[in-house]
Amino acid sequence: MYPILVLSVTGLVTLFLGFLKSKKILLPASLLFVAIAFLSNFIDWNAPGLYFYDMLEATNLSIIFSSIILLSAFLVMALSKGFLDDEHAQPAEYFAILQFSLVGAIMMTNFQNLIMLFVGVEILSVSMYILTGSDKRNIRGNEAALKYFLMGSFATGIMLFGMAMLYGANYTFNISDARILLLQPVTDVRPVFLYVGVTFLLIGLLFKVSAAPFHFWTPDVYEGAPTIFTTFMSTVVKTAGFAAIYRILEVSFSPMYNFWWVMIVTMAILSLFISNITAIAQQSFKRMLAFSSISHAGYMLLAVVGLNNKSGDSIVFYSLAYALATISAFGVLMIVSKDRLVDGRPNENIAVLNGLSKKSPFLAVVLAISMLSLAGIPLTAGFWGKFYVFTDAASRGHIWVLVIAIMMSAVGIYYYFKPIIAAYMKEGEGENIRLSAFYKIILGLTTAGSILLGLFPDLIRELL
Amino acid sequence: MLALTLILIPLIGSLVLFLLKGSSGSSSKNTALVASLATLAVAIYAFTTFSPQSTIGVKYSWMKDLNINFHISIDGISLLLVLLTAFLVPLIITSTFKHTYKNHASFYALILLAETALMGVFMARDIFLFYFFYEAALIPVYFIAALWGGKDAPRITFKMFVYTIFGSLFMLVALVYLYMKGASAEIDQLAITAKLLSPNAQNLLFWAFFIAFAIKMPVLPFHTWQPDAYSESPTPATMLLSGLLSKMGVYGLIRIMLPLAPVGVSNWGQFGMVLSIIGLIYGSIIAIQQNNIKRLIAYSSFAHMGLMAAGVLSGNINGIQGALLQMVAHGVNAVGLFFIVKIIYDRTGTRDLTALGGITQKTPALSIYFMIIMLGSVALPLTNGFVGEFLLLKGLYDKNVWLGGLAGLTIILGAVYMLRLMQRSMFGESNDITAKFKDVSGSEVAVLLPIAAVVLIMGLFPNVFLKITEPAVNSILQMMK
Repeated sequence: MYPILVLSVTGLVTLFLGFLKSKKILLPASLLFVAIAFLSNFIDWNAPGLYFYDMLEATNLSIIFSSIILLSAFLVMALSKGFLDDEHAQPAEYFAILQFSLVGAIMMTNFQNLIMLFVGVEILSVSMYILTGSDKRNIRGNEAALKYFLMGSFATGIMLFGMAMLYGANYTFNISDARILLLQPVTDVRPVFLYVGVTFLLIGLLFKVSAAPFHFWTPDVYEGAPTIFTTFMSTVVKTAGFAAIYRILEVSFSPMYNFWWVMIVTMAILSLFISNITAIAQQSFKRMLAFSSISHAGYMLLAVVGLNNKSGDSIVFYSLAYALATISAFGVLMIVSKDRLVDGRPNENIAVLNGLSKKSPFLAVVLAISMLSLAGIPLTAGFWGKFYVFTDAASRGHIWVLVIAIMMSAVGIYYYFKPIIAAYMKEGEGENIRLSAFYKIILGLTTAGSILLGLFPDLIRELL
Repeated sequence: MLALTLILIPLIGSLVLFLLKGSSGSSSKNTALVASLATLAVAIYAFTTFSPQSTIGVKYSWMKDLNINFHISIDGISLLLVLLTAFLVPLIITSTFKHTYKNHASFYALILLAETALMGVFMARDIFLFYFFYEAALIPVYFIAALWGGKDAPRITFKMFVYTIFGSLFMLVALVYLYMKGASAEIDQLAITAKLLSPNAQNLLFWAFFIAFAIKMPVLPFHTWQPDAYSESPTPATMLLSGLLSKMGVYGLIRIMLPLAPVGVSNWGQFGMVLSIIGLIYGSIIAIQQNNIKRLIAYSSFAHMGLMAAGVLSGNINGIQGALLQMVAHGVNAVGLFFIVKIIYDRTGTRDLTALGGITQKTPALSIYFMIIMLGSVALPLTNGFVGEFLLLKGLYDKNVWLGGLAGLTIILGAVYMLRLMQRSMFGESNDITAKFKDVSGSEVAVLLPIAAVVLIMGLFPNVFLKITEPAVNSILQMMK
């Protein structure tokens, strides 16, 4: 809960810092602000409670979700030094918007009232629309921002409609009260309102995490947005979206499992099929990662399909593993593609990674481990992430879902290895890449995190 | 603790090599050799102090809330394979001494990493720990094969990687299913759970396990990745694949499939045996026609693995004991044979059987080693192949006379292709290519001599090994009842 206060204030402070002549202060200041927010997050640790007239609830799970969001944001910001070199960029505004968007993301992890969920989703989404189009001279970026905005506002509208229906059914926005009503044997609840409400609400949220069939915006937006914001989108927005989906279903609608699991399982399987099959044909690394992001939404939905008291932990672990690997992968892409221009834009094809192992062995290792983690190969965090969501799905007896998911992860290995093969087994042009120590530390951290969680997965699960 | 050191020594060696790269090629080689020899010393110590009653092992909590443990322990079967791994890895490292690989530090680090994972596979008692190491063993070998392999290596090794991972994902489904049913990840506990499952579930479990392990070994019809991968990989990777990684498949059949899908084995085992034996005959016939000596040995490996799979599936003590002994024998012989192929290739630049001949006159020492290892491979009495093959055939014969008879063809076909290889390459008139063949020396003798010695020792005293494994095999058969 405290990070919301901290980040609202520091976001404003960052805007004012933009008036300073030297832009150098912005990055360290923003990192410091996020770090403070991260620490303030733990004030509520082991002290769950409701805040602001039952609008928000802090629980250990929501704190962990917020921490993952803040950690990812910290790492992404740390990689954003490129802003400061770009004369057209407005770093103060970017950093401020990123901090505001985090406020929305954190609201999504600990809302107690549907209104707060809506406010959170909107704060996060509007920030993302702006950041997607932040590179004004890039026509792809403008297209992406417009597309994201149009489709995103439809999705939000549908979600809001769902919330109104739910209010009509339950006469309350409070998610715990709604559950009590659901559990009563004979109620006043109007089932049509309830069912339509839940469906629409979920559609809105599933759009945000880019689950199929609401994924059509993802490849274009991921490709069009500046890479740094793509990274932010695929980690922070996804984690927040899943925190919200899990929270609403676990706290409020778990008695209706038999109603919504069919919808969730269909979307999970659709996401897995569409994304993995399409990703095979991608030439652009960024588009491939966009489809990979859809597929990971599918895997995380499996934890929701197997909703039990452990599946929150599974989503936490998966989000963290996915965030670490994704930040590494996009970080490498950002550094490698920066100086390799095609038509004035950074070259983001997989071929740009050719011969990376000779040009920068460190980046090649970072890339390889992140790809192995995304593919879910043992020794990396991604394996246990998949393992946990698979066991969740199996715990409800859906073995056939498990079989499909596993076939699709075999397909995933195929395309996740393309960058590794490019980096290690192909000859590339261009000179050696010099890395600043700062990038090395950040990418070293994400890579070490992937390996450490791969060897000792209990490090995170012990916390919960 | 002893069991843990077997995993830790190669792991530390590999980390040291990864971190201290940049030093000269010989220091990388020596570091790797020292680490692998230290592992061998620990394994031999474990062997000398082993008694079937006492269990050597440790158990740490790995994932507390899921009741998944880091549980490793050594029984007779584990000990045999731990010894095999610890014995072969130093030889594989020594076999590279005449050659300096680029990025040598990473090269040797990956070999030691593979050894770490193999040790883990052979000692794990927790199904997920087993799976973890089982997959982890493939990654370093894939990278060795792909990065230091021939021109076509990236494509071929990638096929191998996807193929085998795809197979083991089936196993993962089966393991998760069993874990859900049994609420435990210990193999011994799940063996009890497995008996309560419906025959239908058991059949599915059998297939999930069989496909996973059959791809690894490989068994017909899952072998298509193997000949290419064996012949395109650099020799150390081929040795690791044929000598050790393929043994993980047989070991998995014994350790995982027999106790966890006993009903499935009795329903479908016969079918698996038929597949294995068809593969055995098919592989032998192709081996007879090969002129590329590396491919020839690759196909002979495929044939041998088929016999071992059939022996395990027969589900009686002779079949399993024979498979265990044959695993060791074949591991040692395959490494020896691939090394001889490498020696020949290094000196003549060809692997074509028709271009070779008359090497004996130039280097009698090499042909003596070759002869010993070759005879071990064709299972002549008093060599290591004989007892294993005999027990395997006896096991098959007890199960089904016809299958036993068909599998017996291996003795004839194996002799045909191995003797043809020996005769065409070693004997006859020497020609331009083989005229300047230099004698074996130094590190080459250091590899060939121990292998030849083991071929003879195992042939003369097979009981030393059979005695260690017998109680463990009996307890697995007990679990199946």
